[in-house]
Amino acid sequence: MRHIISVLLENEPGALSRVVGLFSQRNFNIESLTVAPTDDETLSRLTVTTQGDDRVVEQITKQLNKLIDVVKVVDLTEGEHIERELMMIKLKANNGTVRAEIKRTADIFRGQVIDATQNTFTVQLIGSSSKLDAFIEALSGASILEVVRSGVSGIARGEKVLSL
Amino acid sequence: MELLSGAEMVVRALKDEGVENIYGYPGGSVLHLYDALFQQEDVKHILVRHEQAATHMADAYARATGKAGVALVTSGPGATNAVTGIATAYMDSIPMVVITGQVMSHLIGEDAFQETDMIGISRPVVKHNFSVQHPEEIPSIIKKAFHIAQTGRPGPVVVDIPKDMTNPTDRYPYEYPKNVKLRSYNPVNRGHAGQIKKAMDLFLTAKRPVILAGGGVVIGHASEELRELIHLTNVPCTNTLMALGALAGRDQNNVGMLGMHGSYEANMVMHHADVILNIGARFDDRVTNGTDKFCPTAKIIHVDIDPASISKTIRADIPIVGPAKNVLDEMLAIVKASNKQLDAEALKSWWEQIEEWRGRHGGRYRTDDSELMKPQQVIETLDMVTGGDAYVCSDVGQHQMYAAQYYKFNHPNRWINSGGLGTMGFGLPAAMGVKLNFPEADVACVTGEGSIQMNIQELSTCNQYDIPVKVICLNNQSLGMVRQWQDMNYESRHSQSYMNSLPDFVKLVESYGHVGMKVDKFSDLEAAMREAFALKDRLVFMDVAVDPYEHVYPMQVPRGSMRDMWLSKTERT
Ligand SMILES: Cc1cc2nc3c(=O)[nH]c(=O)nc-3n(C[C@H](O)[C@H](O)[C@H](O)COP(=O)(O)OP(=O)(O)OC[C@H]3O[C@@H](n4cnc5c(N)ncnc54)[C@H](O)[C@@H]3O)c2cc1C
Ligand SMILES: Cc1ncc(C[n+]2csc(CCOP(=O)(O)OP(=O)(O)O)c2C)c(N)n1
Repeated sequence: MRHIISVLLENEPGALSRVVGLFSQRNFNIESLTVAPTDDETLSRLTVTTQGDDRVVEQITKQLNKLIDVVKVVDLTEGEHIERELMMIKLKANNGTVRAEIKRTADIFRGQVIDATQNTFTVQLIGSSSKLDAFIEALSGASILEVVRSGVSGIARGEKVLSL
Repeated sequence: MELLSGAEMVVRALKDEGVENIYGYPGGSVLHLYDALFQQEDVKHILVRHEQAATHMADAYARATGKAGVALVTSGPGATNAVTGIATAYMDSIPMVVITGQVMSHLIGEDAFQETDMIGISRPVVKHNFSVQHPEEIPSIIKKAFHIAQTGRPGPVVVDIPKDMTNPTDRYPYEYPKNVKLRSYNPVNRGHAGQIKKAMDLFLTAKRPVILAGGGVVIGHASEELRELIHLTNVPCTNTLMALGALAGRDQNNVGMLGMHGSYEANMVMHHADVILNIGARFDDRVTNGTDKFCPTAKIIHVDIDPASISKTIRADIPIVGPAKNVLDEMLAIVKASNKQLDAEALKSWWEQIEEWRGRHGGRYRTDDSELMKPQQVIETLDMVTGGDAYVCSDVGQHQMYAAQYYKFNHPNRWINSGGLGTMGFGLPAAMGVKLNFPEADVACVTGEGSIQMNIQELSTCNQYDIPVKVICLNNQSLGMVRQWQDMNYESRHSQSYMNSLPDFVKLVESYGHVGMKVDKFSDLEAAMREAFALKDRLVFMDVAVDPYEHVYPMQVPRGSMRDMWLSKTERT
């Protein structure tokens, strides 16, 4: 099963490499990884999506918790949560029909064209990973030049917070 | 406040931490540190002949005392030579602080002379590591390093110090912190009361209970509590390789080591148990055999200070996260206060069954199939000569298993061996680390002619510092453990497991200034060994010729259940 694990990490040099190293060292899989500082400059928030059965995911959270630089860990998939990913996709758009088609599909998915040249469109889309996958699928008629995805960020629904 | 250079701060911090001996080897990036060491007398430095030995010495000191050992090595090759020793300590949860030199901070990343990324290299085999960014951080980093190494599940910590951080002319105020607080590191100091209660409720209803003691009992100084619980309830106790001596080897309730080379009775007890109380054993694959067939009728209570050790390989029915000592204390209190007791009838027939198993194999081995001495006889003689009280520091191989099976330890923390990593070359430096710190004790290094040659250069260190350990080399002229596997799994094709160019060990040790003895006949062994131990202030190397065809038994059948064992070359359960 797919899990979204959120980690509060000391904003220290080398902290990220400990997390990434742990995953490869223990043969855990990483589907996506995002990391950035939080409002508290001493902390980074890291989100990792991974696949594994209960035993593996239990080990992942326990092993993450053991890292000295890890302050808190939560498996967001255990509760109600929101996940978002940002994608920018550059497409060949060199005639009117294609341009209209891309535009229409982007509208359906609530994407925006954020850059355009005579021959290309760049569309930005925000949503769950599966929505982003679906968008790529829907564009299968168009020719994709480049895809860049941010990886998943997640947050719990309701009043639950991951903080110190 | 006193002004000290970074180098002086390191040395002073070690002193303030109560460190008496450190083990190391100098080089370019630690020269300021060595100069600071030279100018004081509180912290004594032992110069090894290879950095790996420095780490094993520090490690063995920690295994014997529970306090972190300290090694000091230079950058680059010095640091990489220390990696095997760091990994050895990591696998067995041993507290250690390793200080590694680093190139000057402005050179880092430029492939400078003797630069290696020690933070990166050591990361998977340390509990934590630190890189010093400013000399003023040194006292607090060293304090944190000891704190992390010694608390919770212990482990090695590396402190990487660029040379310019120790510059003798840059001086800063020094104060050693009294305590540390790390918001992201709070090891548990007691078990969950509700879980402990639940565990004891289950335990007291058992008809075929067993206590499994692991390294956590030894590391956690919980042998006394363990012994009390065993004797209060009269249940059988088995132990992993890492917990020899937690319960005395000759104790009636002790059924011996379990696992791959465990005793017949220990593995049978495990297989048939209905409740297993595991305290501080991480269910290693050498312990469980095939996990799908592991102890089919047992409910499992698992006590460990590290939640990640619980339900990692074997799912626990009742997990308890906490230090062995405290959890056992609470268990004892519950058992003493409870009006429930183990079913006496059931326990009686359990013990009858166990006695029957004991009678079946009981550690017997043949002595009639070879002219040569049997390795088991050598260990039994060592046990007799030292009365089960010696520190036995082992290398890795068949001799290690014989020592584990046949030496009956009266005390914990005296069996010093590399279990998790299985590091050949560990034995001699380990014995040195123990002997230096326990000069009055009998300290033996049990080794093979393969393992001893991995750190034999340390005989020179023993000469320099007068470290009179007794080396007992079970010389079977082959990499016995490898050879045994080749006999059993590769139709005796002895690929590269034979050494036909062994040195004359007696001459070799003599050239290092020590006493050598060669023993070929069992009838000479006891007298020779008594003589060796009587030479209190000399290192004696006993080169003992043993049967090269001997195998370690019992040996579990791969991927089978606990009770599937070879008991001899021809007999299977
Ligand atoms: C050639 C060879 C053959 C081997 N054969 C066998 C064999 O037949 N049988 C066998 O048992 N082993 C064998 N081993 C050793 C094996 O590889 C493992 O090292 C060993 O089984 C691990 O034992 P352990 O889990 O008790 O200890 P450790 O690996 O030391 O684990 C200790 C556990 O206790 C926990 N702990 C630490 N401190 C505390 C505390 N204060 N309170 C509570 N918990 C704590 C730790 O978190 C850890 O989970 C062999 C090794 C070699 C090299
Ligand atoms: C550094 C290292 N290399 C290789 C091994 C694999 N290995 C395990 S036991 C063994 C043979 C040990 O031979 P010896 O020290 O003579 O002991 P014996 O088994 O003969 O008693 C080897 C090569 C190891 N454990 N450690």
